[in-house]
Amino acid sequence: MSANASFTRDREARVATLLLAGLAFLLVLLIAVPLWSLLSKSVQNSNGQFVGLANFARYISTPALVASLWNSIWVSSLVALIVVPLAFLYAYALTRSRMPGRGLFMAVAMTPLFAPSLLSAISLIYIFGNQGFLKSWLFGASIYGPVGIVLAEAVYCFPHALMIMVTALRLADGRLYEVAEALGTSKSRVFFTVTLPGARYGLISAIFVVFTLVITDFGIPKVIGGQFNVLATDAYKQIVGQQNFEMGAVVGLILLMPAIFAFFVDRQVQKKQVALLSARAVPYEPKPNGKRDFALLAFCLVIGGLLIGMLGMAIWASFIRYWPYNLTFTLNNYNFANFDPQGWGAYLTSLKMAGLTAIFGTTIVFFGAYLVEKTKPAPALRGFVHFLAMLPMAVPGLVLGLGYVFFVNAPWNPLGIFYGTLTVLVANTVAHFYTVAHITAVTQLKQIDAEFESVSASLKVPFWVTFRRVTVPISLPAVLDIAVYLFVNALTTVSAVIFLYGPGTKLASIAIVHMDEMGAVAAAAAMATCIVFTAMAVKLLHLALDRVVFARFQAWRKR
Amino acid sequence: MPNHAAMTSEAPRAPERSFLSIRSLTKSFGPFQALKSIDLEIGEGEFVCFLGPSGCGKTTLLRAIAGLDRQTGGSIMLRGKDVSNAPPSQRDFGIVFQSYALFPNLTVADNVGYGLVNQKKPRDMIIARVSELLALVGLPDQASKYPAQLSGGQQQRVALARALATSPGLLLLDEPLSALDARVRLRLREEIRALQRRLGVTTIMVTHDQEEALSMAERIVVMNHGVIEQVGTPEEVYARPATAFVADFVGRMTFLSGVMEGATLVRVGDQALRVAEAPGFSAGQKVELGLRPEAVRLVEGAGENRLSMRITELEYLGSFVRATLEGEGASPLTLLADLPFNVMQDRAYAPGQAVIAELPASALRIFSART
Repeated sequence: MSANASFTRDREARVATLLLAGLAFLLVLLIAVPLWSLLSKSVQNSNGQFVGLANFARYISTPALVASLWNSIWVSSLVALIVVPLAFLYAYALTRSRMPGRGLFMAVAMTPLFAPSLLSAISLIYIFGNQGFLKSWLFGASIYGPVGIVLAEAVYCFPHALMIMVTALRLADGRLYEVAEALGTSKSRVFFTVTLPGARYGLISAIFVVFTLVITDFGIPKVIGGQFNVLATDAYKQIVGQQNFEMGAVVGLILLMPAIFAFFVDRQVQKKQVALLSARAVPYEPKPNGKRDFALLAFCLVIGGLLIGMLGMAIWASFIRYWPYNLTFTLNNYNFANFDPQGWGAYLTSLKMAGLTAIFGTTIVFFGAYLVEKTKPAPALRGFVHFLAMLPMAVPGLVLGLGYVFFVNAPWNPLGIFYGTLTVLVANTVAHFYTVAHITAVTQLKQIDAEFESVSASLKVPFWVTFRRVTVPISLPAVLDIAVYLFVNALTTVSAVIFLYGPGTKLASIAIVHMDEMGAVAAAAAMATCIVFTAMAVKLLHLALDRVVFARFQAWRKR
Repeated sequence: MPNHAAMTSEAPRAPERSFLSIRSLTKSFGPFQALKSIDLEIGEGEFVCFLGPSGCGKTTLLRAIAGLDRQTGGSIMLRGKDVSNAPPSQRDFGIVFQSYALFPNLTVADNVGYGLVNQKKPRDMIIARVSELLALVGLPDQASKYPAQLSGGQQQRVALARALATSPGLLLLDEPLSALDARVRLRLREEIRALQRRLGVTTIMVTHDQEEALSMAERIVVMNHGVIEQVGTPEEVYARPATAFVADFVGRMTFLSGVMEGATLVRVGDQALRVAEAPGFSAGQKVELGLRPEAVRLVEGAGENRLSMRITELEYLGSFVRATLEGEGASPLTLLADLPFNVMQDRAYAPGQAVIAELPASALRIFSART
């Protein structure tokens, strides 16, 4: 009996292989081809002829562009150096102390995730800008430039660094501390010999993540950078301003380097981090320590206060008639039609885009992860799909956006008709945030008994029935996590979509950039406030759903 | 050599009608060979155990039979039909896993009826079949509960009922009892055995627990390093182990290295020991003698196969005491001897005491020396 004959008999394997092939095709289209377009564009001239590294040579010989590269590097390094130690201490307070309100402080630190990155820049303009009430605190320096960028990026990156540090510090083996204490080791020596080494992989990972986030962020330098040029704003100017696609591609590729580097460092680090914690480790339980807990509480109050202040400033300013001369309450800034032809349309477009991203993204990601994780046939194809799913992690949104511009606008591409449509915005956003969603789905699926599919096969039940009747109902909380993650990120993202929107599909986050460009900062703050409130409302709804729905409809979870 | 032994011990009771027939089955994971040319016949209605240490290939063999992990080479015939390349859904089996793999979001009844619903059977027929099965496994009133609300033993029974629901010709059990505590395990052993007898379903159980295999199986397939070491009834495997590995894995055995001196005489250190038979061994050949601790007897007076020894250690193991005995001379032997509790009470042995141990010739098994 040949393998072929059995293949035609095995309907399930055939279906799974077909679905995997379809998924692979989709991901190649959404992720691989745009990246390839960027790559090839960087070695072509404006007529599409191959010119080797000529574009790169031209880049290096243009002083203004090289200056931006240098600016990007030192600003990103400085932000990493500021944020990571602060995040470490904050995480230390959350995981290794008994200070009160640890859950609240965690939530407060996460607030920047619910806003577009440029919100903190808008707040800084209100505080330290030309009309800012604390302008004097800068001793004549201008907030428009590196100072503003560094401060705003620090706020934007803080939750990302904090999540990594909290994870690293939670992975502590309590027995190490008991041994150290039994041996009479001093507190500081324990810190330097046990705590710090245990978290060192997290520290490395956080430094690279922050560096990459800053160097590839577009919104903040656009709003508060002034004349200070960085790579991300260069890419925007080359593409949107000068229509110089080739040079834009070169800048995009340069931006890709640190991200890819950080991606591989992170993978190495994660492997080692896991190995640190043996299966028999005992979780560390901090003991109360008045002095330490008080000091950490004071520190968290300052940092948490700053984060809330940054958020609150923009929200407050959005309700003010004319900063700083007339501080009376008004809703005029929310009358977006006065500032932008799209008016509230941009906000509605954003909601639509985020909703569609959540629906299609969650469906594709979860079903795709199921095929990769739980089906047997075509191992090479499954490996390929998994690789494609992990790829966007190493690709900054700005770079992916550039890739889409080149791909969709390519003269040979019949998909060009989608340029500027909601379809391409949704596709790009799903691709941009694919990896984290995929990892969430895979982690969930790995927790499900690997033998469910075997049992189904023995009962002659095809895998898609088991997927519908068992896998999805069990995984509902994770599915909801993925949907909310995609929704919130689709709402707040700027960098990828700034190149892709069309006349009828301007998003709220892009409207913020435009209104700020026109000097309507209060309206920009108002639009940002809308996004923040929407994102937070969705998150709260998610929490409520988790509590109520799962208590009622998932009775089987109870013993 | 091991395969040869397998054949000979199987020969007298080869099943007349082969239900499952495995021919030179191999399975490799990269360079690692998990199964090396396995041949096995299983008769209809038999209860067979695959026994071996972890990594011996027993689960790999079971999964190959099920079609869950395809073999690298060889063939599998089920009821005379070649199913070597058939997907699991086209083989006729039910399976129970160590983890039970019950669907947590479905009730007990839905779990048991999972395969029936897909066969598009009428609703009342499914309900009747489910309650019949639940009664069969002794859980008639748990139908509407969720798996998390049941004990481990109850979950195992539900898994069994689910596997039997579609009336498969072959029941596969993959370490079904190892996740349970000792008492429940003993009870379920008997229940599974009784159920299997009643239904007459051909059953293969994978286990690493020799006691479980000895007490449940009609035939035991002892495996090690991807080969079958021996196939035989529990009694054959225990009393006449084909290889030193089987002897050591099934029950306890003390091994003594020696050299053949005559047709049935083996020199061990400065002692000569008589064995009942040593077919295929010739003088001067290095051999290994194996002796079960319970076969050693403490006696009075000298004689053949009687050694002067000293008790160095006594280990209380409940119903018996395991004594470590050490011989005299330049290269002393060490033996384990199990002394029934009543013997211990009568004689009051103590560490340091000199005794005479008899190693009955009929109980000494001879194996070629391990390299």
